[in-house]
Amino acid sequence: MKYVDEFRNGELAKNISANITREANPKRTFRLMEFCGGHTHAISRYGLADLLPPNVRMIHGPGCPVCVLPIGRVDQAIRLAREQGVILCTYADTVRVPASNNLSLMRAKASGADVRMIYSTQDALKIARDNPDREVVFLAIGFETTTPPTAVAVKQAAAEGLKNFSILCDHVLTPAAMHAILAVEGGVAIDGFVGPAHVSTVIGSKPYEPFADDYNKPVVIAGFEPLDVMQAILMLVRQINDGRAAVENEFIRAVTREGNVKAQELVAEVFELRETFEWRGLGSVPNSALKLRPPYAAFDAELKFAVDYVAVQDNKACECAAILRGQKRPQECKIFGTVCTPENPIGSCMVSSEGACAAHYSYGRFRESA
Amino acid sequence: MCLAIPALIEELTTPGNAIVNLGGVRKEISLALISDAAVGDYVIVHVGYALQKLDPEEAQRTLEMFAEMGQIDELRSELGVQ
Repeated sequence: MKYVDEFRNGELAKNISANITREANPKRTFRLMEFCGGHTHAISRYGLADLLPPNVRMIHGPGCPVCVLPIGRVDQAIRLAREQGVILCTYADTVRVPASNNLSLMRAKASGADVRMIYSTQDALKIARDNPDREVVFLAIGFETTTPPTAVAVKQAAAEGLKNFSILCDHVLTPAAMHAILAVEGGVAIDGFVGPAHVSTVIGSKPYEPFADDYNKPVVIAGFEPLDVMQAILMLVRQINDGRAAVENEFIRAVTREGNVKAQELVAEVFELRETFEWRGLGSVPNSALKLRPPYAAFDAELKFAVDYVAVQDNKACECAAILRGQKRPQECKIFGTVCTPENPIGSCMVSSEGACAAHYSYGRFRESA
Repeated sequence: MCLAIPALIEELTTPGNAIVNLGGVRKEISLALISDAAVGDYVIVHVGYALQKLDPEEAQRTLEMFAEMGQIDELRSELGVQ
């Protein structure tokens, strides 16, 4: 496939790997966080850690939307489906996130709630049109990539006068989470960031400039293919060797400094900042999430159905919170791969293929014992 | 959820949609978030929407970057040292 195969070439991977090994200053370590779950997946799936010298270490970041969704947010959706009888639509990964009382959206569905997995916000609109006598709520989760499609749907619902459609808005912001990671108490030692691929196609490279300018952390935006990630690591190693901190862009085929302005304008028209939002792992982070603007309040399920958010503690044995902060690795969790598996996830990081635990379970768990 | 591959626009459909080819699978997606998409363009598709067009020249430049020799090798060859 074009734009895929050539970015997975093994010979070129060896070339970049040799460059990294030759250039990475052996007198120091390089602790690099890949923010995005898509990169976590690529690193695990293609075994990229094995192509890096021992002093270059990848730390998984919190950029997996279902991973950072706290239990209380899933509970809200389950309450809507079970108590208010709505048709609850959501992206597939979300239905398996463990919630309170041993429930998940999937288990709620098994016990009779009307939960439907959708691919696109257009599917949710169609369900609302086809069921005019039912309330349809879209559980809208994700970073800056899934927010513009939600904005399109809300505007379309407003234009069509689709009164039985609303959204439970859990859209979150990448730069706010990066700030939160750098502000973690006790500190997470990070020398640089591999910046997200698709998020950056929307927001551009400009929002990362404060991390280079104010925090002195280099950021290199990378595409999702394995060679993209390897090249970004090489570019980070070079910056760190030189003592530089700049925002560089490896994903020039899709990311510009300004990003997708049309998508940004749509989002700004429909959404505004929430004062604060609770993240799994990062706690309450100010200005880190979005809510609908007052003109679109009729489409806000939290207002329409009075389902308040109630914070819930994570399972005590689960280390997702520390893993999402980059402070622990999946294999350091006592229940990893024993009690908690992709078939029966206890924590959210084991749910989605982008989650650090699921990626390590699927591709890397025998590496260290071998 | 975020795992996506570049898709080729094969046909423009109304209103503001397109049929794309995702490695052999044909699917209708929305073009609401981008401007000036045409048949033959490659786009990044995410949850049923094209997020951005791919720039073929920049893709070629990136591929060339992957093949670059190490800086030390370059220096060696410039200086004629084995």
